[in-house]
Amino acid sequence: MKPLTYSRATGVHDAVVRVAESPTSSFLAGGTTEVDLIRASVSPSDHLVDINALPLSVVDDLPDGGLHIGALARMSDVARIPAVIERYPAISEALLLGASEQLRNMASMGGNLCQRTRCAYLRDGVSPCNKREPGSGCAALDGFNRGHALLGTSEHCIATHPSDVAVALVAFDAVVRTTGPDGDRAIPADDFFLLPGDTPEIEHPLVHGELIVGIDVPAAPIARRSTYLKFRDRESYEFALVSVAAAVEVEDGVVSDARLALGGVGTKPWRARRAEAVLVGSPPDPATFRRAAAVELEQAVVREHNAFKVELAQRAAVRGLTRSLNGAHR
Amino acid sequence: MTVAEPRHAPESRTAAPTSEPVVLEVNGEHHVVDIEPRVSLLDALREHLDLTGSKKGCDQGTCGACTVWIDGRRVLACLTLAIAASGHEITTIEGLADGDDLHPMQRAFIEHDAFQCGYCTPGQIMSAVKVIEEGNAASDQDIREFMSGNICRCAAYPNIRAAIRQVRDQEGQAT
Repeated sequence: MKPLTYSRATGVHDAVVRVAESPTSSFLAGGTTEVDLIRASVSPSDHLVDINALPLSVVDDLPDGGLHIGALARMSDVARIPAVIERYPAISEALLLGASEQLRNMASMGGNLCQRTRCAYLRDGVSPCNKREPGSGCAALDGFNRGHALLGTSEHCIATHPSDVAVALVAFDAVVRTTGPDGDRAIPADDFFLLPGDTPEIEHPLVHGELIVGIDVPAAPIARRSTYLKFRDRESYEFALVSVAAAVEVEDGVVSDARLALGGVGTKPWRARRAEAVLVGSPPDPATFRRAAAVELEQAVVREHNAFKVELAQRAAVRGLTRSLNGAHR
Repeated sequence: MTVAEPRHAPESRTAAPTSEPVVLEVNGEHHVVDIEPRVSLLDALREHLDLTGSKKGCDQGTCGACTVWIDGRRVLACLTLAIAASGHEITTIEGLADGDDLHPMQRAFIEHDAFQCGYCTPGQIMSAVKVIEEGNAASDQDIREFMSGNICRCAAYPNIRAAIRQVRDQEGQAT
């Protein structure tokens, strides 16, 4: 591991200034991604600004009935907050299906959003990878791409975003709150995650030194009916092949509102808006759910090893929607 | 085959150019170690404090062999920088027993033969104590799920679960 320097921030503004002053400084929260990637020589950081003492761990009600989740709240804590479990069960379920309890005790909510893809070609430090070394190519396109994305891909990158909870946050229109060198911003979660396009090295719109201070989840009665399902190669402690955050609300025999987002299949946490458009106004039956899932996956671009995910994602979506409809998760 | 751990007396170590004194509170004892900021808590424990109970398996946060407690929560020492743990209470497997009187979980692991090679065992035990405290050991399914961050290559899992069940049930009777 290369030499590092380290300092502790005394406040949010102090943290921003300290990171902004050097291009190779970065924030240290839980460290579960950052320390790992520095050790793997993937992260260029050589100065860490420890933000763990900042007062950003609070989870609090918003005036509109939503929830503010402090950026330094830990995954394991957020998952067990009654307001999260009652009002946004998919957030709690997604958190508990991610990583292990040790990692959940360490990892912060802000850091979770900033985690890098688990694509092995990024992490091996030598393969062509446009995220690690722009212009070097993408080894995954014709490599072992069983875990890679079907949706939102480009010829430059097909890596999936690995977060579980981000899938639920995108489904609920969460807003990422930041403080940076240029002031405060509120970024809708769906805009926070960028498609790879021609610049897969740019994964989010944060400028250097801009710190996530919290996540606002707006009030959404439908979220009380939400559920999160995750399918993977082993039952626990593994990234998703496919995951789904789903919620349906029914009025007068038709779907009046629907939320559907997919993990494991997109280059970003994938809000399935095409599927939602099919669902709303249709009867909440298996045929509707299957049609909605099929419409979303029509956009899939498959590679040699990941074509199986097209069917898996559709079945996962149908099961998630069915579970929300039946309230079987409670 | 066993490989002897390299032993270093802390006072014999030469300080690297950018090392600095870091105060660590480990198992209730106050230590000052001269280390660089890049040194993980795991390396500080093993190489500087001769607390070699915590094991280095993967060194990338996937195996759980380095599980320790910081301020009473189980975390991974390999992904924690020692300097960032300064000011916090660290507990390692060496801090569990009271002299020769083993922690109930340590006794249960022996009684149930909950290990084979033993390399993952300190991490397993540090997690196992917490899985009960957290209330995540109500069923075998829960134990499986909440112990999944501790990998055992010898696959002693059924015996590990038996040890955890025993301690859980003993504590249930005690209260």
